Amino acid sequence: MKLVLILLSTIFVNNYITVKFLGICPFLGVSKKVDTAIGMGMAVTFVMAVASAVTYGVQGILDSLNIGYLQTIVFILVIAALVQLVEMVLQKTSPALYQALGVYLPLITTNCAVLGVAILNIQQGYNLIESIINGTGGALGFTLAIVLFAGIRERLELANIPKCLQGFPIALISAGLMSLAFFGFQGLITL
Amino acid sequence: MNPILIAVIVVGAMGLVLGAGLAFASKIFAVEKDPKVEQVREALPGANCGGCGYPGCDGAADAIVSGKAAPNACPVGGAATAAKIGEILGIVVDTSTKFVAMVKCAGGKEECGKKYEYYGVKDCREAVVAMGGDKACAYGCMGYGSCVNVCQFDAIFINEKGLAEVDKEKCTACGACIKACPKNIIELVPYDKAVHVACNSQDKGKDVTAVCKVGCITCGICVKNCEFDAIKIPEGKNLPVIDYTKCTECNKCVEKCPKKTIHNLKA
Repeated sequence: MKLVLILLSTIFVNNYITVKFLGICPFLGVSKKVDTAIGMGMAVTFVMAVASAVTYGVQGILDSLNIGYLQTIVFILVIAALVQLVEMVLQKTSPALYQALGVYLPLITTNCAVLGVAILNIQQGYNLIESIINGTGGALGFTLAIVLFAGIRERLELANIPKCLQGFPIALISAGLMSLAFFGFQGLITL
Repeated sequence: MNPILIAVIVVGAMGLVLGAGLAFASKIFAVEKDPKVEQVREALPGANCGGCGYPGCDGAADAIVSGKAAPNACPVGGAATAAKIGEILGIVVDTSTKFVAMVKCAGGKEECGKKYEYYGVKDCREAVVAMGGDKACAYGCMGYGSCVNVCQFDAIFINEKGLAEVDKEKCTACGACIKACPKNIIELVPYDKAVHVACNSQDKGKDVTAVCKVGCITCGICVKNCEFDAIKIPEGKNLPVIDYTKCTECNKCVEKCPKKTIHNLKA
């Protein structure tokens, strides 16, 4: 039951983009088309789930060496290296999956949402399974937000927007409004 | 031990280990790439317009080298690029004729009226949702410029008649406007041919006359007058089609067309 609650809470209540404001740069950068947004979402889901598992192990090592304060910088290193490794393995073993995710993978090597999930997992004191569920949920929330946002931006392309607001200004305003909507989930689940 | 030293050693060691690990992994998981792909990619224009039907120039280079696409697959680069790619691949390329986009509608504000006043978003794809657009002719160019917005080469514009018009010199035949047009009015035609049928209406003559002064009424005069068998009305269709390989631009059909639907762009 707790796992389901963690999953739902990171998707809706504590959405990494609209509530925690992490990973905003891919959110704005790769949200022009629904297709690319879905590709990005899939890549993030994949990386976050793997990164959650690996950083949980790394934290164990750090703790045993009594150097927990190096957490942030070590996580950045590990996640970046991990994504590079995953990219290489995918290219060799699964060209089809590489085609689908390949272009987006390098974009998320140092994504702060991925790092955020890893650090928050530790802060919340989640165990391995909970960490992975939290990572996957966070990424699904990311996918949900970016796909919805891409849909809105596709509509905005056609809309009659005042010149001074065209492009990024209106995108940021829409993102803010979407974030407000997500705040409506606040208090739905308390862990 | 000094905590700063510990931090330096731990992070430094991790960096080394991870770096070495990645270098090792890149050897194990190295994917052999044909060096020709890189060379072909260099020869392509690099606009990533997608005119060839592949996702960007990288995709096209892959397809060309692996033989899935012809060396002259890139409509933007044209003959020069095709020849260069042929050189890289060591094959002789018959340089294809250059194509340009053409708008098959001549019914501007004067010639073709409006069904109703449209006040929506100024975009053809939106306008067409409301009863097929405001144009009296269901096949005609509405002139809201969806094609203009997608053109990366600034080659299509809305002229004074309120119709989309292609600048032949700038057009690279990437096909973006063709995909954007909800009425499918835009078509690729050979660059060096000037005689075109400027109508897209599949309606019967009477219905066309009712809405447009310059629409094709399928009278067949052009077909009868052509000495080279180059213009035909396909069975079941209400529009003549020019066979550009046969057309000599003698101008007979242009002169005889009672509705002035057939144009000679050179004239």
